[in-house]
Amino acid sequence: MSRIYPIGSLAAHPPSLSPGYKSTVLRTPSRPLIRIPQTMSELSGPVFGHESVGEKDNDLTLQHAGEPLGERIIVSGRVMDEDGRPIPNTLIEVWQANAAGRYVHVVDQHPAPLDPNFSGAGRTVTDENGFYRFVTVKPGAYPWRNHHNAWRPAHIHLSLFGPSFLTRLITQMYFPGDPLFAFDPIFNSITDEKARVRLISKFDLATTEPEWALGYKFDIVLRGREQTPFEDPHHD
Amino acid sequence: MTETATRPEGITPSQTVGPFFAYALTPHAYDFPELVTGNLLAGPDAGEVSGERITITGRLFDAEGNVIPDAMIEIWQADGEGRFAGHDAALSNSAFRGFGRVECEKDGRFTFTTVKPGPLPGPDGGRQAPHVNIGLFARGLLNRLFTRFYFSDDAAAHGGDPVLALVPADQRATLIATRGSDGGKTVYNLDIHLGGGAETVFFEA
Repeated sequence: MSRIYPIGSLAAHPPSLSPGYKSTVLRTPSRPLIRIPQTMSELSGPVFGHESVGEKDNDLTLQHAGEPLGERIIVSGRVMDEDGRPIPNTLIEVWQANAAGRYVHVVDQHPAPLDPNFSGAGRTVTDENGFYRFVTVKPGAYPWRNHHNAWRPAHIHLSLFGPSFLTRLITQMYFPGDPLFAFDPIFNSITDEKARVRLISKFDLATTEPEWALGYKFDIVLRGREQTPFEDPHHD
Repeated sequence: MTETATRPEGITPSQTVGPFFAYALTPHAYDFPELVTGNLLAGPDAGEVSGERITITGRLFDAEGNVIPDAMIEIWQADGEGRFAGHDAALSNSAFRGFGRVECEKDGRFTFTTVKPGPLPGPDGGRQAPHVNIGLFARGLLNRLFTRFYFSDDAAAHGGDPVLALVPADQRATLIATRGSDGGKTVYNLDIHLGGGAETVFFEA
């Protein structure tokens, strides 16, 4: 069986063992991964329809009686494959800290306030052109115990499925110009700088809504290519 | 310049799921509706799903044998006749989605309620023994870990499985769930070790 998804694309991912991020040390298998054929089990994957998401699931500012505190933002973009073809009708799940850098989670002990009007969880399904959109508040940076004075840059976690088991992706979206980038072992675990900066969203005036919310664009590229030889579009 | 003329320079890299995913991805203890659970037979027509009813359970350990309580485990599998939901017209109205997801418990335990999958077509006209794909996410995992498990009562079919054939013989046991029973229910047990002497075999594809 031919390999449908090119394996070389996986080089964009971080190495699993990244000792600067201490939790990787005891959680990384010591033996190399065994490369197997892409069989029906890998080339199929779960399907989630638009009925999987509720009406307000993509607006994290509407899930409670009042409005959350923080800087209101609109995060939008397109999910596509490696050839730039849109991936329609695919589930995206997001979660994040509130504006103060606090997660709604029993294990989060950061002494920053919870916001009764913000849970920080959302989901949506891309439209027929692969577009998605979330409304939320900008998450705060928060401390963690990886090393002395360790702080995570502000980020939103994203979980995507795509068309198969092999296109599954969980990642994090960052914000432009964050002063914590240089100090974060999770962001810097991606050794290829070009791949790393793909996780930084772009401020976008076109999707910024006047007197309402700032727009950030974040396109997501999942594994997968056209089976016929790709013809490069003409560029000037 | 149009958007369709822009070819991406590469895929979006992976990052860890982190420790705080539960309220979005496995939110049974929170106020967000659950989309996926560990019960693959939860739908109203689950009685019609084809395949032997089974429980799959085990514990997850790190390289020093500590239990991992903060991982998320996903499974993807065919039904009892080797059909995948969403990819086989015969299952278009079935309650069986073939996909499950849980977070580990404090003692590292994970449990799924499902059916035993049937055999599947393999590469080059061959056949694959019944198996379930596993995706593992946790704090400390920058990438999803991918493995499979097979079933101890299918030993005769394992010799011809094209994926098991790629695994050194002395490591294959890490991929075989052991059949047992508990109060009349069929229970398969599979512990997963991210390192140490019993390190589970992991794949890429």
